[in-house]
Amino acid sequence: MVENRPTLNVLTHVTLLTGIVIVSFPIYIAFVASTHEARDILMTVQGWFGTNLIENYTTVLQTGKASTGSISVALMMWNSLVMALGIVVGKISISILSAYAIVYFRFPFRMLFFWLIFVTLMLPVEVRILPTYEVVANLGLLNTYPGLVLPLIASATATFLFRQFFLTIPDELAEASRVDGAGPFRFFFDILLPLSRTNIAALFVILFIYGWNQYLWPLLVTTEQNMTTIVMGIQAMLYVPDDINEWNITMATAILAMLPPVLIIIVMQRQFVKGLVETEK
Amino acid sequence: MEKRSTFNNLWLPYLLLAPQIIITFIFFIWPASQALYQSFLLEDAFGLSSEFVWFENFEVLFSDPLYFDSINTTFIFSAATTFLSLSTALLFAVMADRVIRGEMAYKTILTWPYAVAPAVAGVLWLFMFSPSNGILALALKDWGYDWNHILQGGQALVLVVIAAAWKQIAYNFIFFLAGLQMIPKSLIEAAAIDGAGPAKRFWTIIFPLLSPTTFFLIVVNVVYAFFDTFGIIHAVTQGGPYKSTEILVYKVYNDGFIGLDLGGSAAQSVILMFIVITLTVIQFRYIERRVQY
Repeated sequence: MVENRPTLNVLTHVTLLTGIVIVSFPIYIAFVASTHEARDILMTVQGWFGTNLIENYTTVLQTGKASTGSISVALMMWNSLVMALGIVVGKISISILSAYAIVYFRFPFRMLFFWLIFVTLMLPVEVRILPTYEVVANLGLLNTYPGLVLPLIASATATFLFRQFFLTIPDELAEASRVDGAGPFRFFFDILLPLSRTNIAALFVILFIYGWNQYLWPLLVTTEQNMTTIVMGIQAMLYVPDDINEWNITMATAILAMLPPVLIIIVMQRQFVKGLVETEK
Repeated sequence: MEKRSTFNNLWLPYLLLAPQIIITFIFFIWPASQALYQSFLLEDAFGLSSEFVWFENFEVLFSDPLYFDSINTTFIFSAATTFLSLSTALLFAVMADRVIRGEMAYKTILTWPYAVAPAVAGVLWLFMFSPSNGILALALKDWGYDWNHILQGGQALVLVVIAAAWKQIAYNFIFFLAGLQMIPKSLIEAAAIDGAGPAKRFWTIIFPLLSPTTFFLIVVNVVYAFFDTFGIIHAVTQGGPYKSTEILVYKVYNDGFIGLDLGGSAAQSVILMFIVITLTVIQFRYIERRVQY
């Protein structure tokens, strides 16, 4: 703040409050809709909470939506959780290992491997969906958790983050531990891994959100309804005839789909901002 | 930059690299080369026979008015989404940078929509614009404007742009705020002493100094609008009505999985790959420049 301007201060807060309204209003409306009976929101708009909160959420979690085969949303959330955690654990472990190899070892073809990983930075899933689908189908991984997780865990971003971080660790640390007789395993587990804790936490937040919010890939590889993830499950709830469209159930599912990643962002705000800013560098 | 002190081991580095290399090869390199190969093939829908046709798939694609429509839609969609999202985020970030009281609360609330999946963001806005019971659709109707995105292509495009931009505000806000906080306060104070008001300070000092961040965000937002918005399009409009919201990524999916035109879809994938690679190279060149700063 350079100078005191009362009108500008008022304007600042008004703008920010408008921002909060823009950001929160859709979620408020969805939450309100999820507390009403289906017929109450079919032709009219509800501005305030109804009385069916507990009933609707119990229905959603236990039996889902009748018009889409009654897959319970609890099962969908479980599938999403397994997928998200699989991606988080898989990506972090394979990339920390490969970054370790690239930074701390000298071996033939080191740069070739480095470039091989680097290339993946340029190929998002969306542009090679058909052939990747064929590979997964040939491996018999359709409708399985590995089929959901494996194609999404190879990406260069996490490897680069770890590589950049390892390069900032003083050489003296590695030398000192070598003098003390620590081999590569000891050095990795006792020194490198503890030092990487904050980076791992930041990556955890970003990758969990990335994994939980996947849409196109689960849509392709899961054809059995009990493998549906929640984000793609909502889509199936939308396309039913208008007069039986239970918006309250759909909106309750949307709220449940947002809940885990939003909670993680609020609880781990600092790691989230760090992860976001660093993975993009 | 290289490490001076390294470990010597014949097999360990290969073992450490193996998981990532194997997965990269199976799920990235092989499928991408397959896409490239298939784009030169003419295959029947059952995959029984195929014929090598060189660039015929690309020729067909570039003589197809529908493909140009899709390119056109993608450009309008990504330009509108990027502009809308960046300008609102910049406004909020500049304001959040000014406040002293309640900064943390504002920041937390404005950042958490990052966690909302694009498809879910689409569903939220779809509900509010639902012609028979959406709060915004009915409000528009009260003002005498007939909203029906199920029939009106232009309105459907507006709807997906709003949903896509809304979801991205949080991301842009975080980066703009970080960029604003890196601008030295002394510069702004000096300008204030010289008599420049807040608006003048913004346009002559803050906005130019923020341009690296803005440029970086433009690239990221274009990539987002090109690829990550598939969920919004698929959940909200399915490319319709009359293909008015069919962006390129959606067309790859639609032609390949629904229309079973494998060669055509692969050719589209290859073109998209070139677009991504170009955007990535632009981004990297920019980052190199920033490092030298």
